[in-house]
Amino acid sequence: MKFAFDEFKEGMAIAFAAIRANKMRSVLTTLGIVIGIVSVTLMGTAIEGLDRAFNKSIASLGSDVLYVQKWSWGNHNDDWWIMKNRRNVRIKQAKDIEKYSEYAQAVNPATGARRSVTYGQKLVENVVIIGTGAYWLETSGSTVAFGRFFTPIEADGGRPVCTIGSEVAANLFPNENPIGKNIKIGGYAYQVLGVFDKQGSFLGLESLDNRVYVPINRFFQEFMSQRSDLQIMVKAKSVEELDNTKEEIRGILRRSRGLKPKDQDDFAINQQEMLIQTFNTIGGVIAAVGLFITGMSLFVGGIGIMNIMFVSVTERTREIGIRKAIGAPRRTILLQFLMESAALCLIGGIIGIIIAFPISLIIDTFLPTAMPLSVVFIALLVSIIVGVVSGFLPAYRASRLDPVDALRYE
Amino acid sequence: MSSIIQLTNITKFYQVGEEKVHALDGVSIQIQKNEYVAIMGPSGSGKSTLMNIIGCLDTPTSGLYELNNTNVSDMNDNQLAKIRNKEIGFVFQTFNLLARSDVLHNVELPLIYGGIGSLERKKLARAAIERVGLTDRIHHKPNELSGGQRQRVSIARALVTQPSILLADEPTGNLDTKTGDEIMMLFDTLHKEGNTIILVTHEDDIALHAHRRIRLRDGKIEVDEPIKNRKVITRPTTVMA
Repeated sequence: MKFAFDEFKEGMAIAFAAIRANKMRSVLTTLGIVIGIVSVTLMGTAIEGLDRAFNKSIASLGSDVLYVQKWSWGNHNDDWWIMKNRRNVRIKQAKDIEKYSEYAQAVNPATGARRSVTYGQKLVENVVIIGTGAYWLETSGSTVAFGRFFTPIEADGGRPVCTIGSEVAANLFPNENPIGKNIKIGGYAYQVLGVFDKQGSFLGLESLDNRVYVPINRFFQEFMSQRSDLQIMVKAKSVEELDNTKEEIRGILRRSRGLKPKDQDDFAINQQEMLIQTFNTIGGVIAAVGLFITGMSLFVGGIGIMNIMFVSVTERTREIGIRKAIGAPRRTILLQFLMESAALCLIGGIIGIIIAFPISLIIDTFLPTAMPLSVVFIALLVSIIVGVVSGFLPAYRASRLDPVDALRYE
Repeated sequence: MSSIIQLTNITKFYQVGEEKVHALDGVSIQIQKNEYVAIMGPSGSGKSTLMNIIGCLDTPTSGLYELNNTNVSDMNDNQLAKIRNKEIGFVFQTFNLLARSDVLHNVELPLIYGGIGSLERKKLARAAIERVGLTDRIHHKPNELSGGQRQRVSIARALVTQPSILLADEPTGNLDTKTGDEIMMLFDTLHKEGNTIILVTHEDDIALHAHRRIRLRDGKIEVDEPIKNRKVITRPTTVMA
């Protein structure tokens, strides 16, 4: 059976003539598909944004850095309650790793608290104060825009110095060079050594620029007890040796925390990899559920199309009869109605994308993202498929009409 | 032999509820090439059913139907569609034109389904439209035409594939007498040009244009006779737009 191009063209012409002839009805029916496509593409865009935000944030953790904490980032093989009741990770562990580890390149303990920061009359509330060793830059991968970070000597000596995040700098020193100025953190005086580069936010939630970094020894004196819980960042000499580094540190920590051979680890050595795994699991579930729920609206739109196609077939019974009488075979009638419903849905899909695109730009302002080209193509493809699937039953019915009955239909 | 239509003992039953209705009960007809036949009969006589079967819109319950020496009585839907497209030109009482398409498109439609290329198609369609004298209305929609003109379009559509038979079902039924006469003159001329015409009608006046009259009653042939006192309209069938 040869497929005539003219037959296809005829089908197209009929489809668009039918859509034009019933403008209001076509618009209303298409609306279902429009809404479906808008929600699905926006969901796809949001998921893309989530992925991007995560990947950007995760990159800041560094793939060659281990994070020693009470808490595990992985899937919860350990009970939350057990982890909470563990002994705190203390500064002694950081010192032991520094002293004994051969694989570690840099070791940096860190902890945080929220305080207000003032300079003269200017006040920034709720700033995250990070108490850290001297190796923050090495272990976190962040960089200083101008000025400098504090030295090991300043860190060990617990000097009242600090390096501040770009947002804090912008708020406290809108028209001044902050270097060398004295600010007050929670009432205590600190001298500003430098300002960090802008870093954005972690997972799109908390700004990494609204921070002040001070020597951890000073932090313990002024903001928090020495006994409080720490995170120790350990940068391995190479990514290839990460597993060995992990094993070595595990041994050092067990000794440092006085664990007996039969005791379980009462700490976790986290790495970027675990967070990626966790995210992929959670992100996958979010994406699946999100697309399923939004896909439902597309499904509802498809039912609307099917409904209207049945109406269209009934209305045009006589036309079908005429076409059959003068020799249209079944497949031509089938094709004609399939093309009509596919065209309806495709128009809906295109309108949906035209609507969704500006909305995705709005989303972009708080969750950096862009509507992926693949989503656009998939959306158009899906709308055609929805059209063909929901148009099939009505079209099949039309193609099976008996010409005698169809011609007699009033 | 050279008969275009050979119906042998055709029957058609319909199941209406409990009852079996014999729409056609053993009908045998032979129609030769270039015959001009009127099929007549009161309503319920089975003439519509016979027309549907001759037109390959329907298949008989039993019996043999050979069209151009091809057995079409047990063809499937798609084969019948092809036969209708190539061999049969329908002219309906209600014209049955596509309302949203212009004259040219209506006439070329059978050629589209016949898989004829665009250029050839337009040429054939224009020729058929010229034949019925509607060249100046070629881009009009059916609702911009008079009844007679619409029927001419439908005749052009029937002619365009050069079918073996023209099958006209009450072609003047929706027209006034004068317009009806004009349409019948057109049929007469088409017959003179060599077309085989089967006319289904209940009007004696219309039937008189034909050469042969087949009268049905209760699904059986009551009369099958040549027409002696033919009605011949001598006015020339020139363009009457």
